[in-house]
Amino acid sequence: MIPEIGHFSLILTLFVALAQGGFALAGAANGNLRWMAFARPAACIQFLLIIISFVSLAWAFIAKDFSVAYVAQNSNSQLPLFYRIAAVWGGHEGSLLLWMLMQTGWACAVSVFSRQLPDEMVARILGVLGLVAAGFLLFVLLTSNPFERLVPPPMEGLDLNPLLQDVGLIFHPPLLYMGYVGFSVVFAFAVAALLTGQLDAAWARWSRPWATAAWLFLTLGIALGSWWAYYELGWGGWWFWDPVENSSFIPWLVGTALIHSLAVTEKRGSFKSWTVLLAISTFSLSLLGAFLVRSGVLTSVHAFATDPRRGVFILLLFTVVVGTSLFLFALRAPKVGLGGRFDLLSRESLLLVNNVLLAVAAGSIILGTLYPLFIDALGLGKLSVGPPYFNAVFVPLMVPALLLMAVGPVANWKSAKMRAMLKRLYIPAAVALVIGVATPIALGRWSWPVALGLALATWIATAVVLGVLERVRATRGGLFAQPRSWLGMHVAHLGIAVFVAGVTLVVGYETEQDVRMAPGDIVTAGGYDLKFLGVRKAPGPNYIADVGDIEMSLDGEVLRLLHPEKRSYASSPMPMTEAAIDANGLRHIYVALGEQLGERAWSIRVYYKPFVDWIWGGCILMALGGLLAISDRRYRLKRRERRVSVQLQGGAS
Amino acid sequence: MKNRHKRIALIAGGVAALGVATVLVLNAFQSNLVFFFTPTQVSAGEAPKEHTFRIGGMVQTGSVQRQNDGLTVSFIVTDTVKTIPVTYTGILPDLFREGKGVVAQGRLEPSGHFRAQEVLAKHDENYMPPEAQHALDQATKNTSSTRP
Repeated sequence: MIPEIGHFSLILTLFVALAQGGFALAGAANGNLRWMAFARPAACIQFLLIIISFVSLAWAFIAKDFSVAYVAQNSNSQLPLFYRIAAVWGGHEGSLLLWMLMQTGWACAVSVFSRQLPDEMVARILGVLGLVAAGFLLFVLLTSNPFERLVPPPMEGLDLNPLLQDVGLIFHPPLLYMGYVGFSVVFAFAVAALLTGQLDAAWARWSRPWATAAWLFLTLGIALGSWWAYYELGWGGWWFWDPVENSSFIPWLVGTALIHSLAVTEKRGSFKSWTVLLAISTFSLSLLGAFLVRSGVLTSVHAFATDPRRGVFILLLFTVVVGTSLFLFALRAPKVGLGGRFDLLSRESLLLVNNVLLAVAAGSIILGTLYPLFIDALGLGKLSVGPPYFNAVFVPLMVPALLLMAVGPVANWKSAKMRAMLKRLYIPAAVALVIGVATPIALGRWSWPVALGLALATWIATAVVLGVLERVRATRGGLFAQPRSWLGMHVAHLGIAVFVAGVTLVVGYETEQDVRMAPGDIVTAGGYDLKFLGVRKAPGPNYIADVGDIEMSLDGEVLRLLHPEKRSYASSPMPMTEAAIDANGLRHIYVALGEQLGERAWSIRVYYKPFVDWIWGGCILMALGGLLAISDRRYRLKRRERRVSVQLQGGAS
Repeated sequence: MKNRHKRIALIAGGVAALGVATVLVLNAFQSNLVFFFTPTQVSAGEAPKEHTFRIGGMVQTGSVQRQNDGLTVSFIVTDTVKTIPVTYTGILPDLFREGKGVVAQGRLEPSGHFRAQEVLAKHDENYMPPEAQHALDQATKNTSSTRP
């Protein structure tokens, strides 16, 4: 019964979404206030209805209702409760329901936090969001209904893919989806602005916090996915340039360009057409990512099913979204106007370079990701584009972007003076040069990439620190009296510096060894001695594990025991590798079990990963910067003013 | 006039950036495209001698042998028509099994031996790597078409 309630409320949501889209857009076009007023409550009603659906599905998992096909496929009576709840979005249908929860949640948030916007604008934004939601709901209801029943119901479920039974799974998809779907809000803002033709600084100011919010979720989602792959797949890599990873990274790059371009549009009124185009692209690329991942075109842990109808439907949705929005753009763009002029050396021009670099980088990744698919589709053979391609293209494009990252914030809007900028940059340049040259020498092995990477990281970090200090001294207000968005920018840039330092040091100094070890054998990694004691059997809730005991010591002093595991799940013949990691913020000692090679010997991976935590630490800093930026008072000022004026009117009448 | 110069400079900068990116992309593309060959194609001599490529098929049952160091493994990849002997040093992915699909990337040695640098791991025991599936399909298609 409860699954049917969920299904029913999903169908209801579709009608509410269609009505919201139709009434709000028509109302805005005809100036019908009553129709427009329908949009706000409708957005939150949708959210409530999807919550009902979502809870119904969760209940089916908690109650182990295996008569629901989706539950039977992704759960098992022995699966711990924690994972049974996470399994709600562990498969295709449920993850789409999660997507809808996010989609309607964002729309509801827009309706709540947009009091300061003109009603007509809000109606158009919510109208567009309603239509997008309707598109996805049709997709869910027609091709991927999570509430479908099995007749007769099976006694037992198949279990969740063991790879997904992990804390990483619980937060990775929701964060990623929050990002993907969040960009639909920015997209709706852009389309609404195109419809009215009102692309001005106010529009950019309204869009900015939403774009930054979506971006920060996407950042966290990607970082968490990387962390999860690092320890769960047992290969110790943090980024594989896998097509699935790329399809989340492409919207991130374009989204990063977008938040910078929005800054120019808000402050100077320039780049309007470009900003709109980026807003459309970011959401379109999120859809493309969803298509690639969900259609089964790419096969990976993320491709749950290979039902061709699903791929066709998403492709159709993608075409409609891209087609209509670009058509609208083509109609309206000539009327947008150019905005403020700027000199060749100005913050605008530097941000333009940033945008060009990010867009080109995104383009080259799209090429590398889609090229094998096209070649295959055309029947010209099978091939793959490996990580070396992406490294060879991406790194050289990012080096100038990182160089300019310290320059942009010290440049004035409109017209910057070279001399003034040099005065603020020579210290970072000197520090970067010293650190970049000295560190590889001190670590005993010279390498150009390491020197360059560390110099860039130090260059950015020093510029950030000096910039903050200078401003704090000049305003005498203290650190926390500064505008939050300004602080946010610097924190996010510092995050990039930390990230770059982490990547550089891991790539430059990691060691990876696959060794055969019998009890008593010792290997050395990063100066630590690892002594293999043996492997024993240990039961888990729904699996049996081979647990290794490895003694980690430094200069003869035993520090701790590491316990890498190899799990065999009852539900699947596929063994799972659980790596053991000793982390202290500066390095990881990473140990994973390979295979049993003889009576008591095993093959074992022993990795030493210096500064690998900084990669994800940098991402967290970036997200923190985004959070600070959103919390800036500037985005809320208008609302207060308006409330006052409403009260005054109320008092007067 | 000044504005026009500015615009020209900006456009020139953009074109230069695109140009550099194109050069990078083409360069990297040239050297990093990894083509896929089926065991039948490899035995017909279609695979490059001096280049890394991928092969796919099934791991022949009973063919997996470990060398004394414990880490070097040799096995035979088959598309049911032709076979290729493969060696790999390192830890195999969890899903490597006799009788299951496999994709390996590496070079062909003059002896006809395939030295794998990478054996691709997949995440699901029921899942057949598309390339391996393709190799089997190709092989069965060819034999059935030559039979009549």
